Amino acid sequence: MRYLPLAEADRAEMLRAVGAASVEELFVDVPGAARLSAKIAGLPDHASEMAVERELTAMSRKNLPASVAPFFLGCGAYKHHIPASVDHLIQRGEFLTSYTPYQPEIAQGTLQALFEFQTQVARLYGCDVANASMYDGSTACWEAIGMARRITRRGKAILSAGLHPHYVSVARTMARFTGDQLVISLPDLTSEPDTASLLDRVDSETSCVVVQYPDILGRIGDLSELAERCHSAGALLIAVVTEPVALGAIRSPGEMGADIVVGEGQSIGVGLNFGGPYVGLFATRDKYVRQMPGRLAGETVDAEGKRGFVLTLSTREQHIRREKATSNICTNSGLCALAFSIHMTLLGERGMRLLAQANHRRAVEAAEALTRLPGVELVNESFFNEFTLRLPREARPVVRAMAEKDVLGGVSLGRLYPGEASLANGLVVAVTEIVTEDDIAALGSALEEALA
Amino acid sequence: MSMNREGRPTRPEGSAAAETGTWTGNRALMLEEPLLFEIGDAETTGVDFEDYGSPAKAGAQPAADSGPRPSPGSRLGGMARNRPIGLAGLSEPQAVRHYTRLSRQNYAIDLGLFPLGSCTMKHNPRLCEKMARLPGFADIHPLQPIDTVQGALELIAELAGWLVKLTGMHSVAMSPKAGAHGELCGLLAIRAALEARGDAREVILVPESAHGTNPATAAFVGYRVESIPADPRGRVDFEALKSRLGPDVAAVMITNPNTCGLFEPDMTAISEAVHAAGGLVYCDGANFNAIVGRVRPGDLGIDAMHINLHKTFSTPHGGGGPGSGPVVFSEALTPFAPLPFVEKQGDQYVLVEEETAGEHHGQSFGRMVAFHGQMGMFSRALAYILSHGADGLRQVSGDAVLNANYVLRQLQDVLDAPFGDSGPCMHEALFSDKGFAGGLTTLDLAKGLIDEGYHPMTMYFPLVVHGAMLVEPTETESKAALDEFVGALRSVAERAKAGDQSLKDAPVHAPRRRLDETMAARKPVLVWKDADEAQAAE
Repeated sequence: MRYLPLAEADRAEMLRAVGAASVEELFVDVPGAARLSAKIAGLPDHASEMAVERELTAMSRKNLPASVAPFFLGCGAYKHHIPASVDHLIQRGEFLTSYTPYQPEIAQGTLQALFEFQTQVARLYGCDVANASMYDGSTACWEAIGMARRITRRGKAILSAGLHPHYVSVARTMARFTGDQLVISLPDLTSEPDTASLLDRVDSETSCVVVQYPDILGRIGDLSELAERCHSAGALLIAVVTEPVALGAIRSPGEMGADIVVGEGQSIGVGLNFGGPYVGLFATRDKYVRQMPGRLAGETVDAEGKRGFVLTLSTREQHIRREKATSNICTNSGLCALAFSIHMTLLGERGMRLLAQANHRRAVEAAEALTRLPGVELVNESFFNEFTLRLPREARPVVRAMAEKDVLGGVSLGRLYPGEASLANGLVVAVTEIVTEDDIAALGSALEEALA
Repeated sequence: MSMNREGRPTRPEGSAAAETGTWTGNRALMLEEPLLFEIGDAETTGVDFEDYGSPAKAGAQPAADSGPRPSPGSRLGGMARNRPIGLAGLSEPQAVRHYTRLSRQNYAIDLGLFPLGSCTMKHNPRLCEKMARLPGFADIHPLQPIDTVQGALELIAELAGWLVKLTGMHSVAMSPKAGAHGELCGLLAIRAALEARGDAREVILVPESAHGTNPATAAFVGYRVESIPADPRGRVDFEALKSRLGPDVAAVMITNPNTCGLFEPDMTAISEAVHAAGGLVYCDGANFNAIVGRVRPGDLGIDAMHINLHKTFSTPHGGGGPGSGPVVFSEALTPFAPLPFVEKQGDQYVLVEEETAGEHHGQSFGRMVAFHGQMGMFSRALAYILSHGADGLRQVSGDAVLNANYVLRQLQDVLDAPFGDSGPCMHEALFSDKGFAGGLTTLDLAKGLIDEGYHPMTMYFPLVVHGAMLVEPTETESKAALDEFVGALRSVAERAKAGDQSLKDAPVHAPRRRLDETMAARKPVLVWKDADEAQAAE
């Protein structure tokens, strides 16, 4: 078998060396009743590369990929153009098949890349420090809530109505077990995010306010006043960014006073991947760094005085503190963090600004084109590359009808908020730099047809 | 020491170049590489601006005037950025060189045997990378209408089917993003099940040899953790466990094979005892590689087990992630499994999410993560599983166990194996630092092994053995590779036992010597700062 190099002669010699008559003898500690005497029945035997390729390629063809259809889906995962060299570089064996850098002398590649990644994320988010990544934005979000609880020693977290409903759902699941009290509300199809109502609700029992920026409907709200309000009440402001490209065009949450900024990095370098693997970003103030979960790469020197990098502040982590750890996390999203970092490096400051401009320009043009359709209204006052349309009827069947014509025309709010009548006519449309004039025209026609 | 724009240290004295005798500080193919922020700048970029004009007609020539154009009207709501982000950019040639040079400072499975116990550093087949990148798998959005992603749901369902059959369990939750996340999933299901029974229990029992994620997870879920000792044969002390069971014990978390590389022969009896006392059994499946295709954990009575796809099923470790940690469940825990999951209804695959859960999955403990799980790892794992098949997977565990026993017996004369006399090991061999002289430690041996061209084995884990060294060669190593590794480890072990003080300086040949971890923790420097920022910070 192509991945198993031992030959029969090798096995015979090795069995002699270990004093066993057969491989089965090495399993002597397994009770007879639990030992399978032969391979598991009902499962196919090994297959050649060609056979596996044939089977999986056929399976993949049953899906409609974003690259072959006009594509307008967002809501926490975005399609952007990833430069060709990113995927080549992350497939270098020294990156792909290396391990967590616990032996730093022979892992400086990973460690330096993580240090650069941390710097990029901190700067993008407008914060002092960032960690070496989390699993994804949703788990980064609930970890941030936990961190706010530890810092403020309060148990009530107020979640903005504009927070991604999956992120809310995850926080709700975890709160059942951590005892956090969550204040949750549904969004309205109104032009502004719910910043004003959040201001009113902050009190002396609040550990944090969690706000998404831009929010689930694409609306952009100024966080400065909310940050001040939180701080005067002794609470933390947590900002969640599900589309990092937005920060090429709009102010960073950190500069507006957010204490913890988390989000999804998938847009940059990682690709859609049907929901995973993704990369969670996590940044905060210097003074909170010891409360931050996840791995951290730090600068130091070696025995010859040369600069080098190591994983640091590990006393927060599970392998040292065990039940007293800040979190149970072991892995980060290593290779995805590297992909993010390489793409960010290729973009640089100028490329990131231009990329963001291109996204916004296209989105504005698309919004203008689509709102010319009868009965289609734009909900948002403000948006970056994602906005919500109010259709004259339920959006979910419209999305399905468009999909049947091979147009992937956005995410219906009915899919994200099933059963909520007030949101059922909402359609969230994302427009990135990959969208062409033809795509916008195709969406317009498909939408018009579906609404007819 | 300052850097010029090309990243070369400026001359002369006190620089690293003085050590190597080269102007650059390089040593032939061992190339120093500055930080991105030292070589990149705000203007340089490796992408083209033509892409970023107005949305082009498909197939049209790029716009003649590249660069920023006046926007059709901004809708940013007055929130436009008014200061730089602070990013540094490189052109494509520079970027490729930067990351290629960094990559060469890493050890990797592709370079040599990677003996990390409990990590299962087996070869990562490139077929899996190819399959994961098929557009039909890689370029689909998690919220597309399910009619447009039937192939993706089919893949998840097929992988789930394999995992259930290989483990002999009842169902599987595919959404956890890593092993520790899977442990969390398993414990949340256990807690939900006990709550549904109206039976609030506060304690979870964890062997003292357990991986740190076990007690960390248990504590997070709100349990008090109590330790079960190991017996002299390196297994869980069954009598101690039995005597501690009671109405306050919610669950037991057992790793099997355990972290000493040994199978727990009392596992079935443990499960029976725990169930009889009203508790549930969580199995840490990190070591599944030792028994895949030969033992089904379900036959041992467990209730939940996470599987590390990045271990047993060879999805790449990627320098620390991403992982994937599906959790198989017994019939008792199945109703509490998290959302979402894939189900076949008629001849269609559906995704059971919050809205459809109410109908027949009302007891699910809820959603653990946005979207559906690590699809990119599922496609890789399924390609791996289909390649091996039922016969190949059985061979995997057989060869993994044979390789570990070979390493154990070849080194037993020079390294102390605390459980070496109690029978064969499973897929990993455990040694201690007994017999090391001159104040030398496991750490010193490990650093010496680096100079021999190997990543060290797992050190100081499990905690139950002094100076523990856990070696897991995996099944993808040839006998020749094992012999070479054994020779290298023997050589360094002999130096340790002879008290060879030069080991304290090791590694001497690696890109870096031993690094000052104390300094890194005392004065953490976690981001790059330019000279002005660094000064302002002080």
